[in-house]
Amino acid sequence: MKKVFRLVAVVAATVMAATAFVAPATAATKVKVGLAYDIGGRGDKSFNDSAAAGLDLAKKKFGVAAKEVTVTTGSDSEREDKLRLLAKAGYNPIIAVGFLYAGPIKKVASDYPNTQFGIIDDASVDLLNVAGLVFAEEQGSYLAGVAAALASKSGKIGYIGGVRIPLLQKFEAGFVAGVKATKKSATVDVKYVTEPPDFGGFNDPAKAKVIAKGMIDKGIDVIYSAAGGSGAGNFAAAADAAKAGKKVWTIGVDSDQYLTASAAEKKNMLTSMIKRVDRAVYDVIATAVAGSSVNDVLDESGIYGRVYNLSLDGVGVSYSGGYINKYKAQIDKAAAAIKSGKIKVPTKP
Amino acid sequence: MSNALSRKFTPSKVGLAIAAPLAAAIFSILISSLAVIASKKSPVDAFKTMWEFGTTTGSLMEVINTATPYYIAAIAIAVTFRAGLFNIGVEGQLRLGALFSCYIGAMFVLPPVLHVAAVFIVAMTFGGLWAAIAAYLKVKRGVNEVISTIMLNALAGGLSAYLLSKHFALVEEGSNNLQTKELPASAQIPDLMPLLRKLGVEDQPGGGVYGMFFVAVALGLIFWFVVNRTRFGFELRASGLNPIAARVSGVNSKKMTFIALVISGAIAGLSGLPEVLGQTHSYNLGFRAGIGFSAIAVALLGRNSAGGMAISALLFGFLEVSSRALELIDIAPETYVIMQGSILLSSVVAYEVVRRFRLTLQSKELAKVVQA
Repeated sequence: MKKVFRLVAVVAATVMAATAFVAPATAATKVKVGLAYDIGGRGDKSFNDSAAAGLDLAKKKFGVAAKEVTVTTGSDSEREDKLRLLAKAGYNPIIAVGFLYAGPIKKVASDYPNTQFGIIDDASVDLLNVAGLVFAEEQGSYLAGVAAALASKSGKIGYIGGVRIPLLQKFEAGFVAGVKATKKSATVDVKYVTEPPDFGGFNDPAKAKVIAKGMIDKGIDVIYSAAGGSGAGNFAAAADAAKAGKKVWTIGVDSDQYLTASAAEKKNMLTSMIKRVDRAVYDVIATAVAGSSVNDVLDESGIYGRVYNLSLDGVGVSYSGGYINKYKAQIDKAAAAIKSGKIKVPTKP
Repeated sequence: MSNALSRKFTPSKVGLAIAAPLAAAIFSILISSLAVIASKKSPVDAFKTMWEFGTTTGSLMEVINTATPYYIAAIAIAVTFRAGLFNIGVEGQLRLGALFSCYIGAMFVLPPVLHVAAVFIVAMTFGGLWAAIAAYLKVKRGVNEVISTIMLNALAGGLSAYLLSKHFALVEEGSNNLQTKELPASAQIPDLMPLLRKLGVEDQPGGGVYGMFFVAVALGLIFWFVVNRTRFGFELRASGLNPIAARVSGVNSKKMTFIALVISGAIAGLSGLPEVLGQTHSYNLGFRAGIGFSAIAVALLGRNSAGGMAISALLFGFLEVSSRALELIDIAPETYVIMQGSILLSSVVAYEVVRRFRLTLQSKELAKVVQA
């Protein structure tokens, strides 16, 4: 499979070089990308897959070689070992997907000052060769909240987070703010699949389904699941409700989950809050190919990277399925107000 | 268990002793090879890569660091196994031990050795207290400790999450992690690198051996001595082997049950510390989950003996660390989970087969003696 990918990438690169619309592939093919996923790895249809999509695009466009690794136990030392293996084997840039890599990446990046690193969801590593790639999840979730409030008939809306950690509470805060700003009387029922340090909540569709079912029984008719692989449980519960003649909208997260949903689930997939992890990964690779790095100044104390917010199109809502086309005016208005700073979206519930 | 007959060494007996682990190893290599072949890769490449990466100096240090918490937690479990109990709650006990020792340990500064001792006491206290709940329920209410400790694991998870996020954590700017205040230097256990350098070991990038390694060794020795060479250990084993006989001969088996579970919890409390005191210096969201469960396998494989558990902890550590290189040759790193599982399963089966074989052999010998 990997060989086929590589072949496709090489062919694509050659073709593109031949058409002379892109930079010469010969220079680009020297770049070897290392991508370290968080638990779950490629195939989670959500967070990690979004990163994988960015890599795949970069492979197609630049013909870069790549090595992908995943953590299994999730200890700091395992994360450090995996990054170190990539660095030692000459992969550059190396992108770590997930904030738990912060400690390990700090150590490895200090030992390999000539290797460029990127880390998704963390902006706390103050090294020149580490780019912190963070997202304004609250802004995208705010827009999802606007759509949810407009689509809900009962005025009862649900939020299912994967694990109760500050990162997921950003989604919650933005979503609730969006709902309330659009429909004052609406209520948002907030539930999390697991409590930290149990990170199983990102990959437990069965438990998420039970939570979603409980919400539906209470009359909730729009449910936003920001829960990685667990979101599948939310979609399944809505599909079951549809069979029983009850209309329940679901909102996906990270990737455009309409694209990977089943036919029955698509009918209820109102929208997805898209977090462009793929764009961040792609940017790191693209800048590396150009011989540079993603190095916006985030903090005077020496944090570099980029904040992917609405203005940078780093977050947003998807219009796949066309269910929220009729709300586009309101959503665009809210987006403009956020971009201009008129609306300050809270990051804490 | 042992009788006069089995104390004599004969070639067949030595062969039998080696037979079980050998058969288990061969069987597990076969199973994991099949798994690798099923994913259309060469098992030879897989084992070669694992061996090459796993035997580098840096990796061997990492193996010891991985094995250290496994070993301490396995001793905790073995204490209860020897008393005929089963503490599945190590995971919860070590989590609370680590959380509280980080939180309380960061509140004050003491001279170096004293501070570490204080942190140990905090970890043992909270681990032991948590286990004491199960011990109380067992002794006073007859609640099976397997059930209560499993449920207490879930409670410990929730409780630690609540305490960390609501009360104990400091949030660093730009980070999405939650962590307790960093432990002062006096509470950190220094790395063994200076000592190793004297022994001629070169510095490795990111390498080092946790100072807790010595604590694990000491605990192993104490465990061996107390269980095999003291009256307390005898009573512990007696109440485990045959509670009724033990009670008749004057052993207070309820007391032994209570003490065994609390001691087990206290030791378990320590098993969360190697990484915390040696590397991260705070309890955070990345705190490693699952040590308490892997340690059950380590204790089983090591047959609850101090030496056996040391070997099995190192073996588990080796498989875990060396398999990290597998992804570089596009083999799923989870292969090591298959290896661990098949080693455990096959060793349990192999030991049972050998035990039965030995029994028939003994009865034959006995028959010969009687006839003569």
